Amino acid sequence: MIRFLLLFSRQGKLRLQKWFTPMTEREKKKITRDMTTMVLSRQPRSCNFLYWKDLKIIYKRYASLYFCLAIENGDNELIALEVIHRYVELLDKYFGNVCELDIIFNFEKAYFILDEFLMGGEIQETSKQMVNRSIEASDMLQETMEEYMSKPAF
Amino acid sequence: MSDVVEKTLTALPGLLSLDSLPGSNKLSSSSKLGNLIRGITELTSKHEEEKLIQRELTSIKEQVSSPNTSMRQMKELMVRAIYCEMLGYEASFSYIHAIKLAQQGTALEKRVGYLAVSLFLNESHELLLLLVNTVLKDLQSTNLIEVCMALTVVSQMFPKDMIPAILPLVEEKLNHPKEIIRRKAVLALYKFYLIAPNQVQHIHNKFRKALCDKDPGVMTASLHIYLQLIEENPEGYKDLTTSFVTILKQVVGGKLPMDFNYHSVPAPWLQIQLLRILCLLGKNDQSTSEIMYEVLDESLRRAEINHNITYAILFECVKCIYTIHPKSELLEKAAKCIGNFVLSPKINLKYLGLKALTYVVQQDPKLALQHQMTIIECLDHPDLIIKRETLELLFRITNAQNVTVIVDKMLEFLRINKDDYTTIDLVGKVAELAEKYAPDNEWFIETMSTVFSVGGDTMQPDIPNSFLKLLSEGFDSVEEDRKLRLFAVDSYVSLLQGEPGKLPQRFLQVISWVLGEYSCLRADLEMDTVLRLLAKLLDMKTTSSETKSWVLMAMTKLCEGGAGVSVARGVSETYSSSLDTVLRQRAQELQHLSQDPELRAQVLPRHTGLEPLEVDSSLSFLDGFVSEALAAGAAPYKPPHQRQEELAQAKALSLEPYGLSLPLSMSSCSITDRQSPTLLSISSGLSGNSNDLSHKGGSSSLKLDGVKRVWGREGYLAQREPAEVSAHVEVPSTLRSPSQQGGADGSHSQTPTHTPTPEPELEKQQLASSLFVGLGSHSSVCLMGKSEPTPQRFRRKARSPASSSGASENISNSLVSPPITVDTLMCNNLLDSHITSEPDVSPLEQTPPLSQGLAAANGSCDEELPDSDVKGSSPSLIGDDALVAADPAPHEEPPKDLLLSSYLPAELSGLSHSEITPLSSDQSLDLSACHVQKEGDLVLVVFIYNSSDSDIQQILLELDSDELEVSCECDGAVGGARGHSVAVCQYSLSVKRPSVHVELVGTVSYQFPVGTPQSVQFSYKLPLSSFIRPLTLSTEEYGTMWLDFSHDTKQNLTLISDDPEPLAASLSVLKKKLQLHVVEIIGMEGIVACRLLQDQPCLMHCRLHAGTLAVWLRSPVPDLPDCLMYFCQRALQEH
Repeated sequence: MIRFLLLFSRQGKLRLQKWFTPMTEREKKKITRDMTTMVLSRQPRSCNFLYWKDLKIIYKRYASLYFCLAIENGDNELIALEVIHRYVELLDKYFGNVCELDIIFNFEKAYFILDEFLMGGEIQETSKQMVNRSIEASDMLQETMEEYMSKPAF
Repeated sequence: MSDVVEKTLTALPGLLSLDSLPGSNKLSSSSKLGNLIRGITELTSKHEEEKLIQRELTSIKEQVSSPNTSMRQMKELMVRAIYCEMLGYEASFSYIHAIKLAQQGTALEKRVGYLAVSLFLNESHELLLLLVNTVLKDLQSTNLIEVCMALTVVSQMFPKDMIPAILPLVEEKLNHPKEIIRRKAVLALYKFYLIAPNQVQHIHNKFRKALCDKDPGVMTASLHIYLQLIEENPEGYKDLTTSFVTILKQVVGGKLPMDFNYHSVPAPWLQIQLLRILCLLGKNDQSTSEIMYEVLDESLRRAEINHNITYAILFECVKCIYTIHPKSELLEKAAKCIGNFVLSPKINLKYLGLKALTYVVQQDPKLALQHQMTIIECLDHPDLIIKRETLELLFRITNAQNVTVIVDKMLEFLRINKDDYTTIDLVGKVAELAEKYAPDNEWFIETMSTVFSVGGDTMQPDIPNSFLKLLSEGFDSVEEDRKLRLFAVDSYVSLLQGEPGKLPQRFLQVISWVLGEYSCLRADLEMDTVLRLLAKLLDMKTTSSETKSWVLMAMTKLCEGGAGVSVARGVSETYSSSLDTVLRQRAQELQHLSQDPELRAQVLPRHTGLEPLEVDSSLSFLDGFVSEALAAGAAPYKPPHQRQEELAQAKALSLEPYGLSLPLSMSSCSITDRQSPTLLSISSGLSGNSNDLSHKGGSSSLKLDGVKRVWGREGYLAQREPAEVSAHVEVPSTLRSPSQQGGADGSHSQTPTHTPTPEPELEKQQLASSLFVGLGSHSSVCLMGKSEPTPQRFRRKARSPASSSGASENISNSLVSPPITVDTLMCNNLLDSHITSEPDVSPLEQTPPLSQGLAAANGSCDEELPDSDVKGSSPSLIGDDALVAADPAPHEEPPKDLLLSSYLPAELSGLSHSEITPLSSDQSLDLSACHVQKEGDLVLVVFIYNSSDSDIQQILLELDSDELEVSCECDGAVGGARGHSVAVCQYSLSVKRPSVHVELVGTVSYQFPVGTPQSVQFSYKLPLSSFIRPLTLSTEEYGTMWLDFSHDTKQNLTLISDDPEPLAASLSVLKKKLQLHVVEIIGMEGIVACRLLQDQPCLMHCRLHAGTLAVWLRSPVPDLPDCLMYFCQRALQEH
């Protein structure tokens, strides 16, 4: 099971956080701090896995953005790497050639995509099309609703 | 409505082009959030950022609370608030508005509201309760998207106690026509299962339905639950194995829609999930494993594309193959697969290869050998993670031959490692290896010193504890023990002479304990040198007060004569005014004991083994103090529950008269009567505390010596194993059998083949040969025999030294059988072992005759009679025995119980009697006694054996006791006893004042026909439990009596948990051992009654409570509940 997912920049700025198990604010802050220092200090030719307490940390860097995933001990590291990759693919598909700025300015969208992809710490939908379809569906709803709401009432 | 929405949903993708979506990007970059973000990036200092955000938050706060803000604006505000929180600024004012937004907004606003809630609040936040209604409403909504959102938020965070409120609605969604809703419902239930498993127990059948869902997505989702369920109970789901195998077959065969492919691998997540499930199902189960061989083979074969995702599947496959019942063909393929991982140039794969090796190396050590050069390379890898994983692997293959090299490597790693968690883990492993395979004393002590200094104060406390325990308990050879301790003392003294300020506190504690305990072994070491070194520790600023108290304890043990006393005085003066009460107490102890050598010798005897100390939980040794305090006018102690009751009563009108209070005029109670004299308890506090703390001894980490080699390449080995073990153990590890030789040569001959080996290569080869020594191709032998390849150096003694086993046997004897064995003997043991220097000898010798006697006593008396007659007819022989035996150990009696029991009065001989205990003797009289339990009575029988040749005419016996009423059945004068014959007296005993153990003091005076009157004194001790008899009552009678009794006590006792009905089992043990009467058992509660001779009732009420037995005892007799509690506790513990 995935415990949390963090996205942060090369400067250590948090861009997105998702916690799948209950955690106090203080724990969250500490973990975020630990993760950024640990991951950012990794040498270039090192492996993508780390230990943190009893968890395994899987991280991967895409351009200036680090994706960092914590999984439990029995979980498969490689598939976790692919979870990250699939999420990036989904973002890419949605934003069209995604970059860090897209995620900064539309972070709520990034959250929505994540909610369609992972649920309760497990992969919910492994089919790329399906995830996109449901995101689009709700986006569409938004557009239609917004149009509907902004129509003059007469 | 829903139809309309659904239609729009399906039709819209075509209508609105995708291009418009990224457009939203531009839209928001001109929004207020965009402005904020851009504003922040333009700033130069953290301070400015803070100011900007604070300004932003104030403006958000204003707008949020304004009634004119529309939901749409609210959504925008909420996004900004989320952003501020993400930057680490608090925006708690917006939480309630986030909930409002989720409640009142339309679809997208609602969504943002839910998102904000899930980011702001955690499961325990009180505001979440406000969300429950919203979720309920949305779950019932006809709008699919609202339902989806509700399910998402429910699985994200939902208060545990509110689950029942929404559970039926979520369950209902399992039958929803839309697969996305079904899938989310399954995952939500999975989440519920994780946080509150018992809430969803009733819907297991529905999970099965989900597993058979026609939509692969829903089926995949249900596997999460199954993985969890099977992990907890693999047996319950074996019937599903075929289904899982079929699913996997279809997936691997590419039967799923292309949608589910990931980089042209069919549904990898689903595959891995299934492999993990199969792994659990096939573990230790041949027939189930056989079902899956084919599909595993297929999975291995199909995963051939060189991509991460296929390696992920392969890794899971290998793990599965090595876990389930083995099949040689598959194992071979899996081994090859591991090779691909290990040899891969990709660092991630190499890492996983090491992991896989670690996983399988216990079963297949040859694999480690094959890859030894890679392992060596990884050992020097710049990436610490790889290095650590390699050490983990080496840890698994450590044996007595390579331990020094491997431990060296581990310590090297520890010195550069920064991560605390890894350090803690690794330090534990080093300690474990050192203890298990240490080649010699010096190495062991030095390694442990490094462990303590590197591990610092973060390491597991059981490492120092188990180290000290090992030192103090010793091993098989006394000489070795001495050497080890000596070396420890030497090395610690030199450490203290260096820079002790750099050593961690835990290490200092270890050092001070060792010095305190064993400095005396080094004869040429001046005590005051050690004392000065220790005193120096006290002066250091960095020393914690806990360490200081260890140091003070050590000094207490060492201060002896001359200069020592003056150092001690100085120190104790400084600390007797310390603010820390513990330190003050230690300083006081130091002061008193340094001035009183005799008391010191008694409290802290030298050269004693570890004596098991019986803890008197009723604290009866304090009675004297308490009675004095009471006499001086102190208020009697009331247990907390009683105080609370009284408090409750005080609030209401008190209708009852004041309850009986403890009698103020308790006769003074002698401390020596007790099982645990105060002195003993002090010494336990001083010398025993560090050892009694933990017996876990590194149990946290993996133990290897118990690991069995269950299977190998050839298949299952379980049946053949015993034979193999015995065969291999005989082979000394240095001598190699031909086949081993070949293997060893094979592994070493790699060195010469690369003839022009460059220097570093050569080093590596050497390292390899030192690391993998003992792992030759016979390595299976070595590894398996690792439980015993070479004699293990530090083998723990069996947990209890002889004395403790003797003592505990006595205790158990006394409780197991109705006749009660000699408690005095046990006391003697404890005392003796403190006084004599050979604690092990006397109890050992004493135990066998005891148990013999017991066995005989339980046998029928008729049979014994002729036997003892025979012995009785040769008195001279017995007399000799007595003399001989009396010489080496004064209390050792000739095994006369056999014949003495024949002198039991006829009316008692059929009843069970306690052990016949020797009481005392002089040149002409041997006194023994036992007690016989009659239904309404307890009879003490005293045997007076005249061991002289001449007749004794007048024997007078007087008995006295503080706690007992003694009435003589015959008259005080026994009359005479002829030479070598036995006179018997009987007394009936009853309890005056209850106490855990009651004691009688007696004097026998006698006179020979010629000569002066002489007398022998003795004492006899017996537990209160011999006076306990069942009390037959009805439940109603019990009820009325319960309310009348004023003295009570409550305690939680251990339960006999291995029985399906723990309450009934526990009560029957109490019934059997203590002769209680079980009145009734109602569900979780039971009531029990007994009486103390004669007719003093005591009632007991027990209740199962949180895995313990909550016992409440009440009686009209003061102290009786406490005493009885003590016996109940012992009876249950020793069961």
